Amino acid sequence: MASELDTLHRVVTPENIDLQAECAGPVSRCLAYLIDLGVRSALLLLLALAPLFLDGAGFGLLLLGWFLLDWFYPVLFEVLKDGQTPGKRALGLRVVHMDLSPVGWNASLVRNLLRTVDFLPAAHLLALLSMCLTLRFQRLGDLAAGTLVIYRGGVPPAVPLPDVGARPLPVALDRDESVAVISFTRRSLQLSEERKRELVAILEPATPAGVSDPVQYWQGVGLGLMGES
Amino acid sequence: MKQAEFEALHTAQWERCDEILHHPMAEGDSLPGLYRTICAHLALAKQRRYSPELVARLNDLASRGYFALYGAGHREQRLWLRFFVLDFPRAIARNSRYVWAAALLFVVPGLLMGLATYGTDDVVYSFFEAGQVRQFETMYEPANDRIGRERSSEDDWVMFGIYIYNNIGIAFRTFATGLLFGVGSAFFLVYNGLAIGGVAGHLTRAGYAVTFYPFVIGHGALELTAIVLSGAAGLRLGAALLAPGQLSRLGALRLAAAECALIVYGAGAMLLFAAAIEAFWSSRSGLSPGVRIGAGAVLWLLVLFYLSSGRRRGP
Repeated sequence: MASELDTLHRVVTPENIDLQAECAGPVSRCLAYLIDLGVRSALLLLLALAPLFLDGAGFGLLLLGWFLLDWFYPVLFEVLKDGQTPGKRALGLRVVHMDLSPVGWNASLVRNLLRTVDFLPAAHLLALLSMCLTLRFQRLGDLAAGTLVIYRGGVPPAVPLPDVGARPLPVALDRDESVAVISFTRRSLQLSEERKRELVAILEPATPAGVSDPVQYWQGVGLGLMGES
Repeated sequence: MKQAEFEALHTAQWERCDEILHHPMAEGDSLPGLYRTICAHLALAKQRRYSPELVARLNDLASRGYFALYGAGHREQRLWLRFFVLDFPRAIARNSRYVWAAALLFVVPGLLMGLATYGTDDVVYSFFEAGQVRQFETMYEPANDRIGRERSSEDDWVMFGIYIYNNIGIAFRTFATGLLFGVGSAFFLVYNGLAIGGVAGHLTRAGYAVTFYPFVIGHGALELTAIVLSGAAGLRLGAALLAPGQLSRLGALRLAAAECALIVYGAGAMLLFAAAIEAFWSSRSGLSPGVRIGAGAVLWLLVLFYLSSGRRRGP
C-alpha cells in the first residue's frame, strides 16, 4: 500500500537489497530555490561593494563573480558540498545520481546549464510542468543528467514508547495485523486521545471482556509484540 | 525474533559500522564484511516487518556503506591534462557530424550576411538598429588608439570580466536551448552568424578593415570555434530527442548529455582563453596590423589542428 502512495525511488544493490530514497517534490524544491536566490543576491550585493575599493579592476571582478554566481553557484555547491546548495541544506534536500550516488561534475554541470531551458517560458514553468509529469519529480535538467533530488533521509529521531507494561496477545494475529498494532503503539504518544479511542474501537471485537482501558490494553499488546517489557 | 531482541543483538555492529563510515581510517573490522552483515539485517528487518524507524536506520547505514564501497570516485592524477589531450578532441571527433552541422549553420548565414552588407549600404539596417551600427562604427574607427567595445575606462580587467560574462553566457545558452529539439541552438548559431557577418561586411565596406580584422582575428580563433562547438553540443541533445534510434528518448538524452558535458567543458575553457586574449592582447594597437594578423592566423591553424587531433588519435 505505502509503496504505491509514497514517492520512493528504489535501487537494487549487488547484495540484492533495496536501497530507497524519498524524492523531493516541487514545493520544497521551489522553497530551496528561493533561499538560494536570496543567498546569491546577498553575495552579489557584497561583490558589488568591491568596485568601491578596487576601481576598474574591481568592476571586472564583479563581472567575474556575477558570471560564477550565475552559472556555477549550484554546480560548485552540489559537487563539493555533498549535493547540497545552502537552500537545499536548509530544506534537507540533496542531489544524487539515479543510482543514489553523490552527484558528480558532469551531471551537475548538465542539470544546471539546462536550467536555461527549465526556466522557460518564465519562472521555471517548464521545470514545474516536467516535475509534475514525471514519476520522480525530475525537471528537464534532471532527466538529461540522470539526477534526482531526494530528502536527505538520515535516521528519524527515536519516538518514546508508552509506559504501560507488555501484555500477551488475546487472539492470534497475522503479520499485517500485528504490524498495525505495533505501529499504533509506536505512534500513540503522537496521537490525540480521541483518535486513539477511535482506532481502538476498530479492535472492539478482539478486545477481551472486562478490559477497563482498551487504549492502554492494546498499547501493552503492541509492546509485547515488539518484545519490549 | 522480536524487534527488541534483534536490536539488542546487533546494535553494537551497527554503531561500529556507523563509526567506520564516519572515520574510514579507523582500525578494526573491515567495512566490506560489516556492510554485508548490515545488508542482511536490512533484508531481515524488512521481511519481518520491523518498525519503519529501524528499517530507515539500516537503510541509511546500507546506503552509506554502498557508496563507500562502490561509489568511491577514482581520482586520477592529471585528469585535466588527459581531458585536453585526449577526451575533448575525441569527443569532438565522435560528434563530428554535429560539429559540421553547427559550423554550417553559423558560417553560411554569416557569409551571406557579410556579402550582403559589403555589397549594399542598407542591408545592415535590416538586422541592426541605426544606433547599434553607429556604436560599432565608432568602436573600430581607425583614429582610435585602442580598439574594442566601448573602452572608456581603458581597463583590461573590466573587459576581461565583460567578455567572460557575455561570451561564455552565450555559449552556455546556445548549448542548453538545444534541449528544445535543437531549435534553440540552431537559432543562436544562425543569429550569431548573421550578427558577426553583418558587422564584418559593414565595417569592411566602411574601410575599417585595417582596425577590425587585426582586432578580431586573434581571439576569434577560439571564440568562434567555441560557439560552434557549444552549438554542436546543443544539436546533439536535440538530435537525441528527435532521432533516438534503438534507445528510448530518455536513454538517448542521457547518453547525449554525458557526451555534451565534455564538449561544453572544452568550449568553456576555450572561451576563457579567448576572453584573456581579447582583453589583454587583441586591443594592443601598438603592434603593427601585420604582426597581429600573422599571430592570429597561426592561432587559427593551431586551434583547428588541435580540434581535429581527436580523429588522428582514434577512438
